[in-house]
Amino acid sequence: MGNLGSIVNMINRIGYCSEITSDISKITSAEKIILPGVGSFDKAMQNIVNLGLLDVIKTKALENKTPILGICLGMQLMCKNSEEGKEPGLGLIDAEVKKFSFPLDKKLKIPHMGWNLVSTRKDNALFLKMYLEPRFYFVHSYHVVCNNSNDVLSTTNYGFDFHSSFANRNIFGVQFHPEKSHKFGMLLLKNFIENF
Amino acid sequence: MLRYRVIPVLLLKNNGLVKTTRFRKPIYIGDPINAVKIFNDKEVDELVLLDITATINKREPDYLRIEEIVSEAFMPIGYGGGLIN
Repeated sequence: MGNLGSIVNMINRIGYCSEITSDISKITSAEKIILPGVGSFDKAMQNIVNLGLLDVIKTKALENKTPILGICLGMQLMCKNSEEGKEPGLGLIDAEVKKFSFPLDKKLKIPHMGWNLVSTRKDNALFLKMYLEPRFYFVHSYHVVCNNSNDVLSTTNYGFDFHSSFANRNIFGVQFHPEKSHKFGMLLLKNFIENF
Repeated sequence: MLRYRVIPVLLLKNNGLVKTTRFRKPIYIGDPINAVKIFNDKEVDELVLLDITATINKREPDYLRIEEIVSEAFMPIGYGGGLIN
C-alpha cells in the first residue's frame, strides 16, 4: 500500500488528483487509469476477476480508448500471459511475460533490483522532455517480451536489453516504479496525465 | 546500476529522528516526514530508516508509521529495527 500512497502523493505534487479505488462506477467514469501491482501474477488476476473489474478495465482500454498506464506487475498483467502463473492476462497488448534467466557463466541476481538506465526506442509523449540519461527504480524477477517491435517504447540492460516499457496508442506499461524514481518518475507521470 | 548511490540513513527514536555521535548522545532533529520531503527535493537515490529503540523495547516494527513515511517518499526506502522473524 505504501507504493499506492506514493503514486497518489506524486500525482498531488505534480498538481493533479487521483483516487485509489476498486469501485466499478468510479473506474468507468475515470479519465485515465493507472494499474499498479506488487505481488504475483495469478493472485493479482484473481483479485481483478473477484472484484468484478475484468470487463470494465478491458472496455475502458480497448473500446473507450481511455489512457491506461500499467506499473510493474500492472504492466505484466496487461500482457496475454505470464510464466509466473497459470491465469491469462488482460490481453491489452500483444506481449508475454518471461522469467529472467541467465547462462551459468553470466549469472546476474534475480530480482533485478535497483536503479537502471532506460533507453527510449521511439518517440512518445510519455518521455517528452525527459532528462538526459533517464534512470528509474526497478524491482522484478519477470520481464515483458513484446511480440510487436513497434510497441517497444524503451529497453533497459540487465544482462541483455529487455523491454522496460511499451506504448500502443492509449495503452502504456512501465516495468519500473515511477513513484520511486523521483524527478524522472514525476516527469513521466506528468506526461501521462498531460499529454494523453 | 554502475553509478554510486547516495543513501542517507535516518535513525528513528520513538517518533522522531535523531542524530548520534558514535551511537551516543542522541540529538532530536525532527519529524521523519519532514526529512523525507527534504531528501525528495535533494533527489537522493534511496533512504534507510532504522528504528533504534524497537529491539531494545522488544517491539515489532510500527507498520502504520512506516507506511505513512514511505508513501511520502519518492524513492525506495529500506527499513531496519525490531525485525525478529
